Amino acid sequence: MSDQEYIPKSKFGKWFNDRLPLLSLASHLTDYPTPKNLNYWWTFGGILTFCLITQIVTGLTLAMHYIAHADMAFESVEHIMRDVNYGWLIRYIHANGASMFFLAVYIHIFRSLFYGSYKSPREIIWIIGIIIYLLMMAAAFMGYVLPWGQMSFWGATVITNLFSAIPLVGEGIVTWLWGGYSVDNPTLTRFFTLHYLIPFLILGLVVLHIWALHVPGNNNPVGIDIKKPSKDTVPFHPYIVIKDGFALLMFMIVFAFFVFYAPNILGHADNYIEANPLVTPAHIVPEWYLLPFYAILRSVPDKLLGVIAMLSAILILAALPWLDTSKIRSAVFRPLYKQFYWILVADVLILGYVGAMPAEGLYLLIARVATAYYFLHFLVILPVLGLKEKTLPVPLSITDPVLGGSPNIAMAKNKESLSQ
Amino acid sequence: MSEKKTNRRDFLFTATYAVGAVGVGATVWPMIDQMNPDASVKALASTEVDVSSLTPGKTITVLWRGKPVFIRRRTEEEIAEAKSVKMEELKDPEKDEDRAKNPEWLVMLGVCTHLGCVPLNDKGDYNGWFCPCHGSHYDISGRIRKGPAPTNMTVPKYEFVNANTIKIG
Repeated sequence: MSDQEYIPKSKFGKWFNDRLPLLSLASHLTDYPTPKNLNYWWTFGGILTFCLITQIVTGLTLAMHYIAHADMAFESVEHIMRDVNYGWLIRYIHANGASMFFLAVYIHIFRSLFYGSYKSPREIIWIIGIIIYLLMMAAAFMGYVLPWGQMSFWGATVITNLFSAIPLVGEGIVTWLWGGYSVDNPTLTRFFTLHYLIPFLILGLVVLHIWALHVPGNNNPVGIDIKKPSKDTVPFHPYIVIKDGFALLMFMIVFAFFVFYAPNILGHADNYIEANPLVTPAHIVPEWYLLPFYAILRSVPDKLLGVIAMLSAILILAALPWLDTSKIRSAVFRPLYKQFYWILVADVLILGYVGAMPAEGLYLLIARVATAYYFLHFLVILPVLGLKEKTLPVPLSITDPVLGGSPNIAMAKNKESLSQ
Repeated sequence: MSEKKTNRRDFLFTATYAVGAVGVGATVWPMIDQMNPDASVKALASTEVDVSSLTPGKTITVLWRGKPVFIRRRTEEEIAEAKSVKMEELKDPEKDEDRAKNPEWLVMLGVCTHLGCVPLNDKGDYNGWFCPCHGSHYDISGRIRKGPAPTNMTVPKYEFVNANTIKIG
């Protein structure tokens, strides 16, 4: 990976590095050649790492006070909020941190979609990312169950019941997941265990995600292959470190706003009522970051097909590098794809909105159209577009269009006038 | 195809894989089965309910194995309505007589067969139950009429111990 062999200056450093090349790794990470045209959409990898560490640290401290028992969980969360020193702060950071984590991951994913970062040779990075995303959803769902409020209990009931849609063995699987005949104490204790485990699995996958990234190097807004290192790259430190750091500060302002000024705005009031297996809240909705998939689930009038549609909506992303047949990565040079991209963004936002609304009347109709379009985008539009679309000429390097020395000068000027 | 003689080493490989697979299976199974309902959960298998205070047209909800059970004392009109439904109209055809042995008493799991929410009493388009989660409508016999739920609400095993007591489970 490292282009030059790194030799530590000190004698001890050399002795240590010969036995465990940690210094070589550090050198690789600081010198890592990065495309010099990365924009702020590329800072979310760093932000996501920050989110993961935040969730692990606050989660560890919460676990010192939380009691995973159906009779005591709800009370222990209130105990954290009222009695534990700074318990309110730690819990609000953890709860809102989940939302911030998803906010960042959605921006990160949609950045990949726009600039074609999932395409060859970065398919494995992308697929690892999808697995991380799935694990994040599992962790978030189980974490939401732990306070044992009404939404916790009924959210757990509804989501685990998704498995009952599987023919023949479904009911048995659900009973096995519950450890009983309904969501109860055995369910809570196992969810707590898994909620504790998953972040560390994610951490391991993040290491693989970055490792896989460092093989071909970063994609960039122009989406072309670049030589590393060259005049098209800058070393990761200090250039990208400073830029990522600045973006992280901006992100933390948003984070802090939610924690200190609107800590409950993303939650549901029903979850401050203790779990009651006899009463379902009038309107069950998942957390905002799962709403688009919830809308897809509800838009299909058949139980099994609804579950299949919801799972496919997520898993279809893993096949994206092969569904998108276009060789051009960046949407900057794909005028038609760019438009379909924004339609997809709108489609997902609409799905999120109708997912929060009751599944009836006009909302249901909109959900059905939006669901159909979602699959149409990935299964029909993308494969066809790659073959039919007339793409714009791509510059030979990142530097060329800027200096005006490239054969694509006309394109560069055209782009400038477009952006004005 | 060239004929290959089975020798002593092939036999040892196969035998080792076979024993290894059995060993792995025997080790993994307890790890999986520990998640199934334990003895203390299974022990709470039946519940007795006093229904003497229930007037016609009212429903009570009791907890059985952690799940709500609806016990409804139906009125004459409700029984007539439940019996008048044609089988062709039903998504999961089942006669009311098969669901309520004593037509006055309807006993069923108060669990929506879609994703497990508790439907609301006296709501919905069929004068029965309505599930607020994903909009399934049930009739006065607890049969699915509209919405995503695939089957009727389940009738558990129950019996009248005496005129006023129902034993569920």
